[in-house]
Amino acid sequence: MKYIRQCLIILGISLIGEILKYILPLPIPASIYGMVLLFAGLMTGWIKLENVKETGTFLIEIMPLMFIPAGVGLMTSWGKLKSLIMPISVITVLTIITVMVATGLVSQVIIRKSKEKIK
Amino acid sequence: MNTFFQNSMFAGVTLSLIAYLIGVILKKKLKLGIFNPLLISIVISIGVLFIGKVDYDTYNEGAKILSWLLTPATVCLAIPLYEQWELLKQNYKAVLSGLLAGTITSLTTVFILAKLFGLSHEEYVTLLPKSITTAIGMGVSEELGGYVTITVAVIIITGVFGNMFGEQICKLFGITEPISKGLAFGASSHAIGTAKALEIGEVEGAMSGLAIAVSGIFTVVLASLFAGFI
Repeated sequence: MKYIRQCLIILGISLIGEILKYILPLPIPASIYGMVLLFAGLMTGWIKLENVKETGTFLIEIMPLMFIPAGVGLMTSWGKLKSLIMPISVITVLTIITVMVATGLVSQVIIRKSKEKIK
Repeated sequence: MNTFFQNSMFAGVTLSLIAYLIGVILKKKLKLGIFNPLLISIVISIGVLFIGKVDYDTYNEGAKILSWLLTPATVCLAIPLYEQWELLKQNYKAVLSGLLAGTITSLTTVFILAKLFGLSHEEYVTLLPKSITTAIGMGVSEELGGYVTITVAVIIITGVFGNMFGEQICKLFGITEPISKGLAFGASSHAIGTAKALEIGEVEGAMSGLAIAVSGIFTVVLASLFAGFI
Protein backbone atom coordinates (compact mmCIF):
# COMPACT_ATOMS: atom_id res chain seq x y z
CA MET A 1 0.00 0.00 0.00
CA LYS A 2 2.83 2.35 0.90
CA TYR A 3 4.37 2.24 -2.58
CA ILE A 4 1.02 2.53 -4.32
CA ARG A 5 0.25 5.69 -2.40
CA GLN A 6 3.72 7.13 -3.03
CA CYS A 7 3.54 6.39 -6.76
CA LEU A 8 0.08 7.89 -6.97
CA ILE A 9 1.16 11.13 -5.29
CA ILE A 10 4.28 11.50 -7.45
CA LEU A 11 2.57 10.60 -10.74
CA GLY A 12 -0.48 12.68 -9.80
CA ILE A 13 1.71 15.73 -9.27
CA SER A 14 3.43 15.02 -12.60
CA LEU A 15 -0.01 14.95 -14.21
CA ILE A 16 -0.99 18.28 -12.64
CA GLY A 17 2.33 19.62 -13.97
CA GLU A 18 1.33 18.45 -17.45
CA ILE A 19 -2.05 20.13 -17.13
CA LEU A 20 -0.41 23.41 -16.05
CA LYS A 21 1.98 23.20 -19.00
CA TYR A 22 -1.01 22.68 -21.30
CA ILE A 23 -2.87 25.68 -19.91
CA LEU A 24 -0.05 28.18 -19.40
CA PRO A 25 1.70 29.59 -22.50
CA LEU A 26 5.23 29.45 -21.02
CA PRO A 27 8.21 27.34 -22.16
CA ILE A 28 8.33 25.67 -18.74
CA PRO A 29 8.15 21.86 -18.62
CA ALA A 30 5.69 19.81 -16.57
CA SER A 31 8.52 18.55 -14.36
CA ILE A 32 9.37 22.05 -13.10
CA TYR A 33 5.74 22.86 -12.28
CA GLY A 34 5.57 19.50 -10.53
CA MET A 35 8.72 20.15 -8.55
CA VAL A 36 7.36 23.48 -7.33
CA LEU A 37 4.01 21.86 -6.46
CA LEU A 38 5.57 18.99 -4.50
CA PHE A 39 7.80 21.45 -2.67
CA ALA A 40 4.81 23.65 -1.82
CA GLY A 41 2.86 20.56 -0.73
CA LEU A 42 5.64 19.46 1.61
CA MET A 43 6.10 22.96 3.05
CA THR A 44 2.40 23.43 3.78
CA GLY A 45 2.15 19.91 5.20
CA TRP A 46 -0.51 18.85 2.68
CA ILE A 47 1.89 16.16 1.57
CA LYS A 48 3.74 14.26 4.28
CA LEU A 49 7.39 13.44 3.65
CA GLU A 50 6.81 9.75 4.51
CA ASN A 51 4.22 9.59 1.71
CA VAL A 52 6.78 10.30 -1.02
CA LYS A 53 10.14 9.52 0.53
CA GLU A 54 11.08 5.96 -0.54
CA THR A 55 9.78 6.14 -4.10
CA GLY A 56 11.28 9.62 -4.47
CA THR A 57 14.67 8.45 -3.22
CA PHE A 58 14.56 5.49 -5.61
CA LEU A 59 13.72 7.68 -8.60
CA ILE A 60 16.42 10.19 -7.74
CA GLU A 61 19.00 7.45 -7.30
CA ILE A 62 18.39 5.90 -10.73
CA MET A 63 18.21 9.31 -12.41
CA PRO A 64 21.51 9.01 -14.35
CA LEU A 65 20.04 6.04 -16.25
CA MET A 66 17.23 8.24 -17.54
CA PHE A 67 19.64 10.24 -19.70
CA ILE A 68 21.00 7.23 -21.59
CA PRO A 69 18.27 7.12 -24.30
CA ALA A 70 18.66 10.85 -24.99
CA GLY A 71 22.43 10.45 -25.13
CA VAL A 72 22.16 7.49 -27.50
CA GLY A 73 19.86 9.72 -29.57
CA LEU A 74 22.92 11.83 -30.40
CA MET A 75 23.62 9.16 -33.05
CA THR A 76 20.65 10.44 -35.02
CA SER A 77 21.48 14.14 -34.72
CA TRP A 78 25.15 13.66 -35.66
CA GLY A 79 24.51 14.67 -39.26
CA LYS A 80 23.21 18.06 -38.16
CA LEU A 81 25.87 18.60 -35.51
CA LYS A 82 28.83 17.80 -37.78
CA SER A 83 29.00 21.19 -39.53
CA LEU A 84 28.96 23.08 -36.22
CA ILE A 85 31.22 20.75 -34.29
CA MET A 86 34.09 23.22 -33.70
CA PRO A 87 32.05 26.12 -32.29
CA ILE A 88 29.87 23.70 -30.32
CA SER A 89 32.84 21.98 -28.69
CA VAL A 90 34.57 25.22 -27.74
CA ILE A 91 31.36 26.86 -26.52
CA THR A 92 30.38 23.78 -24.50
CA VAL A 93 33.69 23.43 -22.70
CA LEU A 94 34.12 27.15 -22.00
CA THR A 95 30.57 27.83 -20.81
CA ILE A 96 30.67 24.94 -18.37
CA ILE A 97 33.81 26.38 -16.82
CA THR A 98 32.65 30.02 -16.78
CA VAL A 99 29.18 29.19 -15.44
CA MET A 100 30.49 26.89 -12.69
CA VAL A 101 33.07 29.42 -11.61
CA ALA A 102 30.64 32.39 -11.67
CA THR A 103 27.87 30.55 -9.83
CA GLY A 104 30.19 28.83 -7.40
CA LEU A 105 32.40 31.76 -6.49
CA VAL A 106 29.66 34.43 -6.27
CA SER A 107 27.60 32.26 -3.92
CA GLN A 108 30.67 31.17 -1.97
CA VAL A 109 31.84 34.75 -1.35
CA ILE A 110 28.38 35.70 0.00
CA ILE A 111 28.11 32.57 2.16
CA ARG A 112 31.54 33.17 3.68
CA LYS A 113 30.75 36.85 4.35
CA SER A 114 27.57 35.97 6.22
CA LYS A 115 29.44 33.29 8.18
CA GLU A 116 31.99 35.91 9.29
CA LYS A 117 29.19 38.21 10.44
CA ILE A 118 27.76 35.47 12.65
CA LYS A 119 31.17 34.88 14.20
CA MET B 1 19.18 -8.22 -34.81
CA ASN B 2 16.87 -5.35 -35.70
CA THR B 3 13.92 -7.72 -35.87
CA PHE B 4 14.69 -9.19 -32.46
CA PHE B 5 15.00 -5.70 -30.99
CA GLN B 6 11.69 -4.76 -32.57
CA ASN B 7 9.94 -7.65 -30.84
CA SER B 8 11.70 -7.32 -27.51
CA MET B 9 10.33 -5.14 -24.76
CA PHE B 10 13.40 -5.42 -22.57
CA ALA B 11 16.36 -5.31 -24.94
CA GLY B 12 16.72 -1.52 -24.97
CA VAL B 13 16.49 -1.04 -21.21
CA THR B 14 18.71 -4.04 -20.45
CA LEU B 15 21.34 -2.85 -22.90
CA SER B 16 21.29 0.59 -21.23
CA LEU B 17 21.62 -0.92 -17.74
CA ILE B 18 24.44 -3.31 -18.67
CA ALA B 19 26.29 -0.50 -20.43
CA TYR B 20 25.89 1.70 -17.34
CA LEU B 21 27.19 -1.03 -15.02
CA ILE B 22 30.21 -1.54 -17.26
CA GLY B 23 30.76 2.20 -16.95
CA VAL B 24 30.57 2.05 -13.14
CA ILE B 25 33.03 -0.88 -13.02
CA LEU B 26 35.46 0.82 -15.42
CA LYS B 27 35.34 3.98 -13.33
CA LYS B 28 36.10 2.06 -10.12
CA LYS B 29 38.97 0.16 -11.72
CA LEU B 30 40.55 3.05 -13.60
CA LYS B 31 39.63 6.06 -11.42
CA LEU B 32 39.75 8.53 -14.31
CA GLY B 33 37.24 11.32 -14.90
CA ILE B 34 36.96 10.39 -18.55
CA PHE B 35 35.51 6.98 -17.62
CA ASN B 36 32.20 8.49 -16.69
CA PRO B 37 29.49 5.80 -16.38
CA LEU B 38 26.94 7.88 -18.27
CA LEU B 39 29.32 8.65 -21.14
CA ILE B 40 30.50 5.04 -21.30
CA SER B 41 26.98 3.67 -21.31
CA ILE B 42 26.03 6.02 -24.17
CA VAL B 43 29.13 5.07 -26.18
CA ILE B 44 28.67 1.32 -25.58
CA SER B 45 24.97 1.46 -26.45
CA ILE B 46 25.64 3.38 -29.67
CA GLY B 47 28.39 0.86 -30.50
CA VAL B 48 26.12 -2.15 -29.95
CA LEU B 49 23.31 -0.60 -32.00
CA PHE B 50 25.77 0.25 -34.77
CA ILE B 51 27.32 -3.23 -34.92
CA GLY B 52 23.93 -4.94 -34.66
CA LYS B 53 22.49 -2.57 -37.30
CA VAL B 54 19.64 -1.64 -34.96
CA ASP B 55 18.22 1.81 -35.60
CA TYR B 56 17.61 4.31 -32.84
CA ASP B 57 13.81 4.24 -33.01
CA THR B 58 13.80 0.48 -32.52
CA TYR B 59 16.11 0.73 -29.50
CA ASN B 60 14.10 3.61 -28.08
CA GLU B 61 10.84 1.66 -28.33
CA GLY B 62 12.05 -0.21 -25.23
CA ALA B 63 14.42 2.31 -23.72
CA LYS B 64 11.94 5.19 -23.65
CA ILE B 65 10.60 3.95 -20.32
CA LEU B 66 13.83 5.40 -18.88
CA SER B 67 13.14 8.83 -20.39
CA TRP B 68 9.54 8.54 -19.26
CA LEU B 69 10.68 8.35 -15.63
CA LEU B 70 12.49 11.66 -15.93
CA THR B 71 9.46 13.87 -15.22
CA PRO B 72 8.46 12.13 -11.96
CA ALA B 73 12.13 11.98 -10.93
CA THR B 74 12.58 15.71 -11.51
CA VAL B 75 9.40 16.36 -9.51
CA CYS B 76 11.01 14.39 -6.67
CA LEU B 77 13.98 16.76 -6.57
CA ALA B 78 11.63 18.79 -4.35
CA ILE B 79 12.28 16.21 -1.60
CA PRO B 80 15.99 16.93 -0.99
CA LEU B 81 15.17 20.61 -1.40
CA TYR B 82 12.54 20.37 1.34
CA GLU B 83 14.97 18.52 3.59
CA GLN B 84 17.53 21.30 3.11
CA TRP B 85 15.02 24.13 3.51
CA GLU B 86 16.62 25.64 6.64
CA LEU B 87 19.98 25.85 4.91
CA LEU B 88 18.38 27.37 1.83
CA LYS B 89 16.51 29.96 3.88
CA GLN B 90 19.68 31.07 5.66
CA ASN B 91 21.54 31.40 2.35
CA TYR B 92 18.88 32.59 -0.06
CA LYS B 93 20.83 35.73 -1.00
CA ALA B 94 23.91 33.72 -1.90
CA VAL B 95 21.81 31.18 -3.81
CA LEU B 96 19.91 33.73 -5.90
CA SER B 97 22.96 35.93 -6.59
CA GLY B 98 25.03 32.89 -7.58
CA LEU B 99 22.38 31.59 -9.95
CA LEU B 100 21.75 35.00 -11.51
CA ALA B 101 25.50 35.43 -12.03
CA GLY B 102 25.63 31.96 -13.56
CA THR B 103 22.78 32.58 -15.99
CA ILE B 104 24.16 35.92 -17.16
CA THR B 105 27.61 34.36 -17.54
CA SER B 106 26.21 31.49 -19.58
CA LEU B 107 24.39 33.80 -22.00
CA THR B 108 27.34 36.22 -22.22
CA THR B 109 29.87 33.44 -22.90
CA VAL B 110 27.70 32.02 -25.68
CA PHE B 111 27.23 35.52 -27.13
CA ILE B 112 30.96 36.35 -27.16
CA LEU B 113 31.97 32.99 -28.64
CA ALA B 114 29.18 33.03 -31.22
CA LYS B 115 30.40 36.47 -32.31
CA LEU B 116 33.99 35.16 -32.54
CA PHE B 117 32.93 32.14 -34.60
CA GLY B 118 30.74 34.34 -36.79
CA LEU B 119 27.61 32.25 -36.18
CA SER B 120 24.30 33.22 -37.76
CA HIS B 121 21.37 34.41 -35.63
CA GLU B 122 19.72 30.98 -35.90
CA GLU B 123 22.88 29.16 -34.82
CA TYR B 124 23.42 31.63 -31.97
CA VAL B 125 19.92 31.26 -30.49
CA THR B 126 20.20 27.47 -30.91
CA LEU B 127 23.11 27.54 -28.47
CA LEU B 128 21.81 30.23 -26.06
CA PRO B 129 19.80 27.88 -23.79
CA LYS B 130 22.52 25.20 -23.72
CA SER B 131 23.11 25.25 -19.95
CA ILE B 132 19.53 24.64 -18.86
CA THR B 133 17.32 21.57 -18.62
CA THR B 134 16.25 20.03 -21.94
CA ALA B 135 12.54 20.70 -21.72
CA ILE B 136 12.94 24.42 -20.95
CA GLY B 137 15.85 24.77 -23.39
CA MET B 138 13.81 23.29 -26.24
CA GLY B 139 11.05 25.80 -25.61
CA VAL B 140 13.45 28.75 -25.53
CA SER B 141 15.23 27.64 -28.72
CA GLU B 142 11.96 27.14 -30.54
CA GLU B 143 10.59 30.48 -29.47
CA LEU B 144 13.72 32.35 -30.60
CA GLY B 145 13.86 30.54 -33.94
CA GLY B 146 16.75 28.12 -33.29
CA TYR B 147 17.27 24.53 -34.51
CA VAL B 148 15.60 22.57 -31.71
CA THR B 149 17.20 19.17 -32.44
CA ILE B 150 20.68 20.70 -32.25
CA THR B 151 19.76 22.50 -29.02
CA VAL B 152 18.74 19.18 -27.48
CA ALA B 153 21.98 17.52 -28.59
CA VAL B 154 24.10 20.37 -27.24
CA ILE B 155 22.23 20.41 -23.92
CA ILE B 156 22.93 16.70 -23.49
CA ILE B 157 26.60 17.06 -24.44
CA THR B 158 26.87 19.94 -21.96
CA GLY B 159 25.30 17.83 -19.21
CA VAL B 160 27.59 14.87 -19.81
CA PHE B 161 30.65 17.16 -19.82
CA GLY B 162 29.59 18.80 -16.56
CA ASN B 163 28.89 15.40 -15.04
CA MET B 164 32.40 14.27 -16.08
CA PHE B 165 34.54 17.26 -15.17
CA GLY B 166 32.45 19.29 -12.68
CA GLU B 167 34.32 17.99 -9.65
CA GLN B 168 37.70 18.84 -11.15
CA ILE B 169 36.53 22.32 -12.15
CA CYS B 170 35.25 23.02 -8.61
CA LYS B 171 38.53 21.81 -7.16
CA LEU B 172 40.62 23.83 -9.59
CA PHE B 173 38.84 27.09 -8.79
CA GLY B 174 38.55 26.54 -5.04
CA ILE B 175 34.78 26.07 -4.93
CA THR B 176 34.47 24.08 -1.71
CA GLU B 177 31.23 25.20 -0.01
CA PRO B 178 28.71 22.37 -0.54
CA ILE B 179 25.95 24.86 -1.39
CA SER B 180 28.11 26.58 -4.03
CA LYS B 181 29.25 23.28 -5.53
CA GLY B 182 25.67 22.11 -5.89
CA LEU B 183 24.55 25.38 -7.45
CA ALA B 184 27.50 25.28 -9.86
CA PHE B 185 26.56 21.78 -11.05
CA GLY B 186 22.88 22.59 -11.54
CA ALA B 187 23.47 25.96 -13.23
CA SER B 188 26.10 24.69 -15.66
CA SER B 189 24.88 21.21 -16.48
CA HIS B 190 21.23 20.92 -15.36
CA ALA B 191 19.79 17.50 -14.43
CA ILE B 192 22.71 15.44 -15.76
CA GLY B 193 25.08 17.47 -13.58
CA THR B 194 22.60 17.14 -10.71
CA ALA B 195 22.85 13.36 -10.98
CA LYS B 196 26.54 13.81 -10.14
CA ALA B 197 25.88 16.38 -7.39
CA LEU B 198 23.49 13.92 -5.71
CA GLU B 199 26.33 11.39 -5.58
CA ILE B 200 28.64 13.93 -3.92
CA GLY B 201 26.30 14.84 -1.06
CA GLU B 202 22.81 15.72 0.16
CA VAL B 203 23.33 19.48 0.25
CA GLU B 204 25.02 19.47 -3.16
CA GLY B 205 22.18 17.44 -4.66
CA ALA B 206 19.43 19.62 -3.19
CA MET B 207 21.05 22.85 -4.34
CA SER B 208 21.74 21.47 -7.79
CA GLY B 209 18.09 20.46 -8.14
CA LEU B 210 17.03 23.95 -7.10
CA ALA B 211 19.47 25.47 -9.60
CA ILE B 212 17.83 23.58 -12.50
CA ALA B 213 14.52 25.27 -11.85
CA VAL B 214 15.79 28.76 -10.99
CA SER B 215 18.43 28.97 -13.76
CA GLY B 216 15.90 27.64 -16.23
CA ILE B 217 13.43 30.38 -15.34
CA PHE B 218 16.13 33.11 -15.33
CA THR B 219 17.18 31.94 -18.79
CA VAL B 220 13.62 32.06 -20.14
CA VAL B 221 13.48 35.73 -19.12
CA LEU B 222 16.98 36.80 -20.14
CA ALA B 223 17.50 34.79 -23.34
CA SER B 224 14.96 36.82 -25.32
CA LEU B 225 16.95 39.93 -24.40
CA PHE B 226 20.26 38.35 -25.45
CA ALA B 227 18.73 36.98 -28.65
CA GLY B 228 18.65 40.50 -30.09
CA PHE B 229 22.45 40.89 -29.85
CA ILE B 230 23.28 38.89 -33.01
